Amino acid sequence: MRIPCPYCGSRDAHEFAYLGDATLTRPDPAAPDAAEAFHAYTYLRENPEGAHREYWYHANGCRRWLVVTRNTKTHEILGVEFARPSTDEVPA
Amino acid sequence: MTRLSTGGLIDRSRTLSFTFDGVAYKGHPGDTLASALLANGVRLVGRSFKYHRPRGIFTCGSEEPNALVELRAGARKEPNTRATTVELFDGLSAQSQNRWPSLEHDALSVNQLVSPFLGAGFYYKTFMWPASFWEKVYEPFIRRAAGLGAASELPDPDTYEKAFAFCDVLVIGSGAAGLAAALSAARSGARVILAEEDFRFGGRLLTEDVAIDGAPARDFVAHAEAELAALPNVRLMPRTTVFGAYDGSEYACVERVSDHVAVPAAFQPRQRLWRIIAKRAILATGAFDRPIVFPGNDRPGVMTAQALATYARRFGVGAGANAAVFTNNDAGVSAALAATHAGVKVEALIDVREALPSALLAKAKALGVRVITGGEVIATKGKRLSSITVRTGSRTETLAVEALGISGGATPNLNLTCHLGGKPVYREDIAAFVPGSVPPGMSCAGAVAGQFSLAECLKAGTEQGATAARDAGFAGAALPAPKAEETATGIRAFWQVKAKGDLAFVDFQNDVSAKDVGIAHKEGFRAVELLKRYTTMGMATDQGKNSNMAGLALMAELTGQGIAATGTTVFRPPYTPVALGVLAGHHREKDFRPTRPTPTHAWAEKQGAVFVETGFWLRAAYFPKPGEKDWLESVNREVKATRESCGVIDVSTFGKIDLQGPDVGTFLDRVYINMFSTLQVGKARYGVMLREDGLVMDDGTTARLADNHYVMTTTTANAGKVFQHLEYCLQVLWPELDVQLSSISEQWAQIAVSGPRSRDVLAKLVDGADVSNAALPFMGVAQTTVLGGIEARIFRLSFSGELGYEIAVPARQGERLMEAIMEAGKPFGITPYGTETLGVLRIEKGHVSGSELNGQTSARDLGMGRMASTKKDYIGRVLSQRPAFLDPERPIFVGFKPVDTAQRLRAGAHFLKVGVEPTTHNDEGYLTSVAYSPTLGHSIGLGFLKRGLERIGEQVRAYDPVRGSDILVEVCSPAFVDPEGEKQRV
Repeated sequence: MRIPCPYCGSRDAHEFAYLGDATLTRPDPAAPDAAEAFHAYTYLRENPEGAHREYWYHANGCRRWLVVTRNTKTHEILGVEFARPSTDEVPA
Repeated sequence: MTRLSTGGLIDRSRTLSFTFDGVAYKGHPGDTLASALLANGVRLVGRSFKYHRPRGIFTCGSEEPNALVELRAGARKEPNTRATTVELFDGLSAQSQNRWPSLEHDALSVNQLVSPFLGAGFYYKTFMWPASFWEKVYEPFIRRAAGLGAASELPDPDTYEKAFAFCDVLVIGSGAAGLAAALSAARSGARVILAEEDFRFGGRLLTEDVAIDGAPARDFVAHAEAELAALPNVRLMPRTTVFGAYDGSEYACVERVSDHVAVPAAFQPRQRLWRIIAKRAILATGAFDRPIVFPGNDRPGVMTAQALATYARRFGVGAGANAAVFTNNDAGVSAALAATHAGVKVEALIDVREALPSALLAKAKALGVRVITGGEVIATKGKRLSSITVRTGSRTETLAVEALGISGGATPNLNLTCHLGGKPVYREDIAAFVPGSVPPGMSCAGAVAGQFSLAECLKAGTEQGATAARDAGFAGAALPAPKAEETATGIRAFWQVKAKGDLAFVDFQNDVSAKDVGIAHKEGFRAVELLKRYTTMGMATDQGKNSNMAGLALMAELTGQGIAATGTTVFRPPYTPVALGVLAGHHREKDFRPTRPTPTHAWAEKQGAVFVETGFWLRAAYFPKPGEKDWLESVNREVKATRESCGVIDVSTFGKIDLQGPDVGTFLDRVYINMFSTLQVGKARYGVMLREDGLVMDDGTTARLADNHYVMTTTTANAGKVFQHLEYCLQVLWPELDVQLSSISEQWAQIAVSGPRSRDVLAKLVDGADVSNAALPFMGVAQTTVLGGIEARIFRLSFSGELGYEIAVPARQGERLMEAIMEAGKPFGITPYGTETLGVLRIEKGHVSGSELNGQTSARDLGMGRMASTKKDYIGRVLSQRPAFLDPERPIFVGFKPVDTAQRLRAGAHFLKVGVEPTTHNDEGYLTSVAYSPTLGHSIGLGFLKRGLERIGEQVRAYDPVRGSDILVEVCSPAFVDPEGEKQRV
């Protein structure tokens, strides 16, 4: 499998480390329901069929965390972007 | 000898010597082992798997089910090698398999006599009871009987490589369609790779008696190959099998770089694993000639009609003194005529059809071949085929022939189209499965797509080559396809001759007969996947390339549901067997994974250190001295010297992370449970970080070098993991923080000097810096120079509990620093120590390490609950407050010593109250780390015990049933040495 890293270009998937669901947001630790929210954030995952946004880390490359949109059924990569958007990271 | 007097793509001017079962033979360059054996009249080459029936060469390619041999000898011995794909080389030696005592007289051929009992499901039905017999009697028996070849047990002396390649168009197969596709794609300028399994390009064109653009097909092949070889945008890859299609348009291939020579040339690998990333791929893998099922269809001498023709035309070999052909289709007829044309004496062409195309009949007549229409072969005779019996209506006749070519039609070789889930589709008109959905970016051209006529193949190849190049961004002018006459492709679906007699085989490799398919049907194993597992049809090295079609057709007939509804089994990678060696590549033995030596590795070697692998690192474990009888004696000496005077160890393996930016303090506050924004410049602090689930992830010290500059250390094992985690926190969780991270683990050598005399040693190293207790107190950090100008960071830290310093210098200065430390420490008897002593020192001091940070423990469990700041949030804070983590019954970190100090503790033992049953319910915790303490003179341990802190002084059982140990221990403080921590502060 190949992942088109926005910084390094198309690279072998073995260069990347997988983390998982990129649709989650770390909850507000001060909220009254923080315990439940953190439980869900840490443990509960959907297992969608089709397009899925997920975190991949280009460990053997530019060390950027990426949000990869992958079709979980076909492994087609539908899109890749930096987890931290910043215009100055891609050389012109 | 059955070598024909002329013809064949072999070099008759040169002779190659080889042996088979110890007998010497001769062949020519251009031969395969199979063609050379046939040329020498060797027709019996193996024994079948179950019944040990004599078997010969059945095909001329990688679908070969019978002619499996052990190739080479000694360390290079390779079992189950298909003689049909082995390129002959001088000095080749091969042995037949699955026979005893000899190929000619095989004792287990008596299995044939009991074949009624060895049918489908034999193993499942027979070796059932008594259960105790399985391991001792049945399994060893089956393994001995079910031999096939034996692997060499010696280490493989050859090397294997892995490589990547990228192209616009990958063409798989170099027959008519493949060559046409490669030419048309290459002419557009696209980067083309043409992969061919054979050592020669051309595929079926090397066999067929046809003309392209008015010239013999072989001339077309030669011209095409020359043109492609001359183009800079083309890579020709002969001897390369594409064995798998994967996600992202990636194709896995094995290139047999040196399989065609006795020993690889210097610096050449035996094989190379390629991963080819292709924007587009054209599958032009052709089709297999499939067998017909009839009694005795497995005798040596019976082979596919294509094989008969190929041996004659490509190799100049007659498979026997004379031959017959039995078919149901025009390609079979053409093969018979091509063989005749090449010099094979074809006695009869038997076709199940009543009528044949007049053009073919005319050709047969011109060649003098007798044609029997509406005929069937119903029996064969001979250990090596000597005669066949042909039935025509009610009449039978016997023909004396040594070879019989059979063709039941073409089975498209669509294996690769299924690797990503594609399902083949049945076409009644050609009686074959053709590709259904194909992997993204792939298209199929030629016989694999059911296009069996030569003109069709050339046209499809040319068009698809151009289309693929265009898809990849190369718009060339459309070129006309090479011209060829339309070849006849008629077929009448025909699978099985209904006749009584000998076994009629469906799968030759697994000895599955038509009867077995019947048994499977009768016993309910009717779905193709069940049929395969129950009868073993389609298993082993050929994976049913020959047999699947007839097997499922027979089942379809029995169930009456038709072939389309019956479907085929799923094809998965690899297409042909792949040696584990080539998948491993260079990753074997000491190169299995990288070795990371420390900056002082060479120095430690000179001191006679014994090394230990810790992850990728190679660290000194201990430094034995002459006369010491075991490691413990060395370690005891090292511990004592360190506690009494001075010891030294390389600690460069710890992860080191440089953090810079205005927000580093805030960032560290969020990843550590304790505060770092308040740390003074020039100070270090011990920190613990959690995972979001509240369990401890890692620990280490972090120092503040300047307002906006910190340097963190992590444990050796978690260096990579922590760095990745910090990047995640910065890039994903808090992108607003202005912090830059750099891993500097490789850039700095770090050496720890510990013991009461360590300050005296340090004072001699620094370039005038004040290292007194006042100037550089405990947990102080100095940025200075040592040894006359070497940049250094000095951290006053202690893992041992003694006065201690860690001195960091640029990595290339590490060895020099170590030598200077040893020189400076000489008057104090400075002693180098390794990881063993490091472990003893930290256990004596009660410091936690990897055994305690085991992914199951919280900061509170480790006795560090009070370190956690209540003034801020940090990763893991919320979930670390869950009730189970706060349960007072949770095992807590404490120390242990044996009540009888002569006894030895063992890590892994579980704690029980004295006098209770050893049950899981009564389990109160476990020992994580143990050591013999030379300071105390007995065994000591660290571990976790329920309410441990409240139970200091209590006696519990350390129960270790695995190693048969059960001893009484006393609960104590984990700090065995200097519990007040005074020694490290002097």
